[in-house]
Amino acid sequence: MTESAEQDPMSALPPDVIHDLHRRMVRIRLFEETAGKLMEAGRLPGFLHLYVGQEAVAAGVMATLRADDVITSTHRGHGHAVAKGADLRYMYAELFGKQTGYCKGRGGSMHINDLSIGMLGANGIVGGGIPHAVGAALASVYRGQDSVAVPFFGDGATNIGVFHESANLAAVMHLPVVFVCENNGYAEFTPQDRHMLIKDVADRAAAYGMPSDIVDGMDVIAVYLAAQRLVARARAGEGPSMLEAKTYRFYDHQGVKGLRIPYRTQEEIDSWKQRDAITALEQRMISAGLATAQDCEKVWSDTGEEIAAAIQFAEDSPDPDPAHLLDNVYTV
Amino acid sequence: MREITYVKAFTESLMQLMAEDEDILVIGEDVAQYGGVFHAFDGLWKTYGDRRVIDTPISEMGFIGMGVGAAARGLRPVCDLMFFDFIGVALDQLYNQAAKLKFMFGGDVSVPLTLTTAGGGGLSAGPQHSQSLEAWLAHVPGLKVALPSSPYDVKGLMVAAVRDDNPTVVVLNKRMLGSKGPVPEEIYEIPLGQAATVRPGRDATIIAVGRMVPESVTAAGELAESGIDVEVIDVRTVQPLDSPTILESIRRTNRALVVHEAVTFGGIGAEIAAQIQEEAFDYLDAPVFRLGAPFAPVPFSPVLERAYIPDSNRIVAEVRRLLERTGG
Repeated sequence: MTESAEQDPMSALPPDVIHDLHRRMVRIRLFEETAGKLMEAGRLPGFLHLYVGQEAVAAGVMATLRADDVITSTHRGHGHAVAKGADLRYMYAELFGKQTGYCKGRGGSMHINDLSIGMLGANGIVGGGIPHAVGAALASVYRGQDSVAVPFFGDGATNIGVFHESANLAAVMHLPVVFVCENNGYAEFTPQDRHMLIKDVADRAAAYGMPSDIVDGMDVIAVYLAAQRLVARARAGEGPSMLEAKTYRFYDHQGVKGLRIPYRTQEEIDSWKQRDAITALEQRMISAGLATAQDCEKVWSDTGEEIAAAIQFAEDSPDPDPAHLLDNVYTV
Repeated sequence: MREITYVKAFTESLMQLMAEDEDILVIGEDVAQYGGVFHAFDGLWKTYGDRRVIDTPISEMGFIGMGVGAAARGLRPVCDLMFFDFIGVALDQLYNQAAKLKFMFGGDVSVPLTLTTAGGGGLSAGPQHSQSLEAWLAHVPGLKVALPSSPYDVKGLMVAAVRDDNPTVVVLNKRMLGSKGPVPEEIYEIPLGQAATVRPGRDATIIAVGRMVPESVTAAGELAESGIDVEVIDVRTVQPLDSPTILESIRRTNRALVVHEAVTFGGIGAEIAAQIQEEAFDYLDAPVFRLGAPFAPVPFSPVLERAYIPDSNRIVAEVRRLLERTGG
């Protein structure tokens, strides 16, 4: 880090915003690292799509949103839920399949939701949640409110039809949506240059008459500043837009260990890890005098305690009762 | 009672529903200024304006998904899918999203979305504009599916569907749009999951779906002339299916024929026949018969289409065959 505090765009932000961004990222990282360990130990049923590496995107965008702003998320959705303010106890309880989980053990990792904080759900179908955010934006406008909606999705999802339909709908209906593409370079195991012929996914916004912005998704300050501008624009009734954050997932598409096919080189993984968004922010905070190494460490240790308690809560929670298997198939 | 057409009963239901509930809005292709390709939405835009009657691009997946999101936020969208055949391009939003959100989100969200569409053949609309796909949707936990068979049922089932807190598909029958029948002027509801015994009888029971209900009533009239007294049940909704009404009837008449426009193989008749043999086997004097379309796409040629879709003549013949059959 060679930038001086004066040149750093971070210096324009209030310290509490920066600390908040840091805390959100640390919470995601520790939540995910711990979940990965639990999975490896065979203690979690089902799939796990870890968000580690992409924390700056969720934290940077979510810090610009209000509680009544709605997000939709993806199969890789824990980071969005944590950053939006989800309760880690109910998240872990869901990963364990417990009755106290966010989905009462009916959804699992890919369906965590909390309407009370505007988290309209992770989604197991790629692109599936994008039109829901458009609908949430419609509901906001319909009621004369000024809340906005933010669908999160990956580079791969911009190849599916519902992304294009949703983007066009939001555009022609002039709805307050900020489409956030987390471009981690891979659609599962297929690199971007083999699944689309453009370098910047944000180019696609132009096809719908939407402005767009591209940011370094490993720089939480850059994500925050770009999102702040686009969210304000949407809230002011100036229509939808798209933000592309170039990022990287440190672990595999699913789970922790690499799979059979070495679709990414170790050099590539290492080079992105050297740009770890959390480490980078901590260095900037320390060099700007906003925090000491000890202050940063305390955020990690406090979060670690919160996570240990959340896991304890999850483990102590009851399994769902098969007698209630049919609950909530319908609203009665 | 005054008589109005099937399609006018539909329009009237929305006109009245939208007057009583500000959260109801209509979303679809050409539904606003143009009033829908079947005039099913005539006058709504003039009455309720751009805010509540919304024309969309040709993006069924997108606007039904938008309806899911709006419904999850408390609105009561009525999304219109112009032809039932187009369901394929939108299906994910219906069966993976609308139908499952309540369950997989732990009960915290309801999706009071109504999907209206037009199905059925008989208009030489060809293989991609004539299908009856209700069994696909009936197979999905979380959805409700209604197939009104008269103007009276259109209005009552629409009112129930829109007021219901679950995603509900109302399949209008295209060939019945202009048919007239008595419809009360006031708003009323026909409960989803309640079949109607449209004609009582003693000798056999016809369980009919959609337009096959009036065809079955016509058939029953012909059979009555030769002293055969047939009961006709209109299922009204295939999900939920009113099994008790069907079973009670079979236990009295001891013979059952299921009739629908959809292809027989894997149609809702298969489910109904299976339930009858499981729950009323000992009352049956003959196997349960099914009359549906052959296993082919709906043909275009009027000659072929007449051969394809069941009608009252074929229902009469099937009932006679059913009555001749003995249980051994």
